[in-house]
Amino acid sequence: MHGIEFDIAHLLAGSLVLVSFLELYQDRLYALLNVYALHALVLAASVAWQAFVQDAPHLYITAAIALVFKAIVIPVALHRMIVRLGIHREIEKAIGVGPVMLTGIGLVALSMVVMLRVTQEADPLAREDLAFALSVILLGLLMMVTRRNAVSQVVGFMSLENGLVLAATGAKGMPLVVEISVAFSVLIAFIVIGIFLFRIRERFDTVDVQALDRFRGERR
Amino acid sequence: MSDAVTFNAMAGLLAIPAVAAVLLALLPGYRLTARLNVLATALTLVCALSLFFRRPAPGPYLLVDDLNSTFVVLTTFVGFTTALFSASYIGHELETGRLTPPFVRFYHAMYQLLMFAMNLALIANNIGLMWVAIELATLTTVLMVGIYRTHEALEAAWKYFILGSVGIALALFGTILVYMAARPVVGEGLDAMVWTVLVTRSREFDPALLDLAFVFLLLGYGTKVGLAPLHAWLPDAHAEGPTPISAVLSGLLLNVALYALLRFKMLLAANPAALAPGPLMVTLGLLSLVFAAFMLYRRRDIKRMFAYSSIEHMGIITFAFGMGGPLANFAGLLHMTMHSLTKSAIFFAVGHVAQVKGTQRIADMGGLTETHPVLGWGLILGVVAIAGLPPLGIFMSEFLVVSSTFARAPLLALVLVFGLLVALAALFLRLNSIAFGEPRGPNGKTDASYVPMFAHLALVLMAGIYLPPALVAWFENVAKLLG
Repeated sequence: MHGIEFDIAHLLAGSLVLVSFLELYQDRLYALLNVYALHALVLAASVAWQAFVQDAPHLYITAAIALVFKAIVIPVALHRMIVRLGIHREIEKAIGVGPVMLTGIGLVALSMVVMLRVTQEADPLAREDLAFALSVILLGLLMMVTRRNAVSQVVGFMSLENGLVLAATGAKGMPLVVEISVAFSVLIAFIVIGIFLFRIRERFDTVDVQALDRFRGERR
Repeated sequence: MSDAVTFNAMAGLLAIPAVAAVLLALLPGYRLTARLNVLATALTLVCALSLFFRRPAPGPYLLVDDLNSTFVVLTTFVGFTTALFSASYIGHELETGRLTPPFVRFYHAMYQLLMFAMNLALIANNIGLMWVAIELATLTTVLMVGIYRTHEALEAAWKYFILGSVGIALALFGTILVYMAARPVVGEGLDAMVWTVLVTRSREFDPALLDLAFVFLLLGYGTKVGLAPLHAWLPDAHAEGPTPISAVLSGLLLNVALYALLRFKMLLAANPAALAPGPLMVTLGLLSLVFAAFMLYRRRDIKRMFAYSSIEHMGIITFAFGMGGPLANFAGLLHMTMHSLTKSAIFFAVGHVAQVKGTQRIADMGGLTETHPVLGWGLILGVVAIAGLPPLGIFMSEFLVVSSTFARAPLLALVLVFGLLVALAALFLRLNSIAFGEPRGPNGKTDASYVPMFAHLALVLMAGIYLPPALVAWFENVAKLLG
């Protein structure tokens, strides 16, 4: 297993973590969406490579969904949406770049420690894939909690889903039903979010989630 | 021939709501669709009941056993009565113009889709399929919570959507880890996700992977159950959505998420080397109970208050299942059933109260027993039941939880009793100002249907006085299954 196949899979999964870090410090929505497209592109390459290595043709479908839907359709649609909403300016952040990056590094270290220790008996490819996948998931979560803008929270959520797809494809021979469902759920999630974004705009004249927080808690 | 009948019952659980969802999305006219909604849930209930008599063999995707048929019957029953309540509630919302006909059509379709998703989650034998169903249920409820399109409703829906999605994502990661643990033993492919296969082979799984998987599943599905540190979405979603949805959220969807957790708990229990899931569930359960009990004091919104009471009771149920053993499991099952019936009855009452008063603010309600005696006394009966006073059913189940805990872990029982008393005091403090005293606030007329509310309360009262031996035997059997 420790051949070129393993190295390439490793490289691609590692790149996904790297791109997650790139997402963390983007402070413009345009740039963030571009980096997200790159994220999805790397995911597609990684899944396609897994399909080739595992000789599992159905994974090519997952790769194609990642490529067409996540790397092209969603970023383009969100691009148009933020232009229409007139919010392609800077992102406000809850905390600064430095602490976020440091926290991110801590999360990656945590997921390595947890996954590598737990999965000592699993085969090495799946094992490292899972560790990377957990890192991507945690970084996605981190992004969701550090951003205030609804669009960038959504991007955080979508990169979290990318981590899940990476984990699902790394688990060799996992039934197709799950990959399709993950892709499908992203689709539904996107529609839902789309509706909400427009509704939020209609009501509040902003997609800054901070504006929602005014109504938090008890009504007086 | 008999095989065909049993298969049809299981297919009916899924097909009837699915077909009804499509029909209700297409058909105009409120009266017709409300009746169709009730009819569809009634037919689903009949299918569910038939599972007691004939039961199909488990396949790779679907499974019916003693455990989930209990849940299915409870779900379809409350689904049916809530549809009855919803018919009069939504009629009023149409009259006052809070909802327009297209939204009502959408609402009915989503209601049936939610029923479909919950039934699918309950009878799924495949852990992947179960996850998909719970995700679907989450999405349908998100859409219904946001249906009023007000500031608060949108905020609640957004919060619910984001927190629910994160929970569901963590649960999927846990599911993948379970597959990873099963793969070396069961082999690649479909079998490694089939619950009936997993549970027989689980003792050979890698315990470390199973442990990790359970932590993710507990966090993920625990968010959906509304356990304490992960509960933030729950009060908002309950308070801002239409009241029938609050009733099914509290009474049913929380149970479905807990059911998923129980399935995985059984998986871990079958592996002696894996960590005991009990203490984790006990801790989260007690935390939810005590936290929610204190939060009950400062509630100003009536639906929000009962949402916190749901957190409290889900805490008790999780605690009971976490303790494990035949008696605690029995108590947990009974408490779950009683809570579903009582809490949905309370929401039926609260829905009408909010409609006649035109508000959900507790400060604007008062003297309900004078202005609307039937509604007022119904609410009082519901609160007496939910607070756990004799002779109603919740007293029985709480008594069982407490007494079984005293025998095994007296210190935990003290915390439990403390939480219960704090919650009881808070509920009566609020109830006093709502039900008695000078009538306050506007007085709309009632065109409520009281049948669903009193039917539930009658069942709860009956369970408190006399539990039929057949039901006891059934619950004992299921409690044994849970280990």
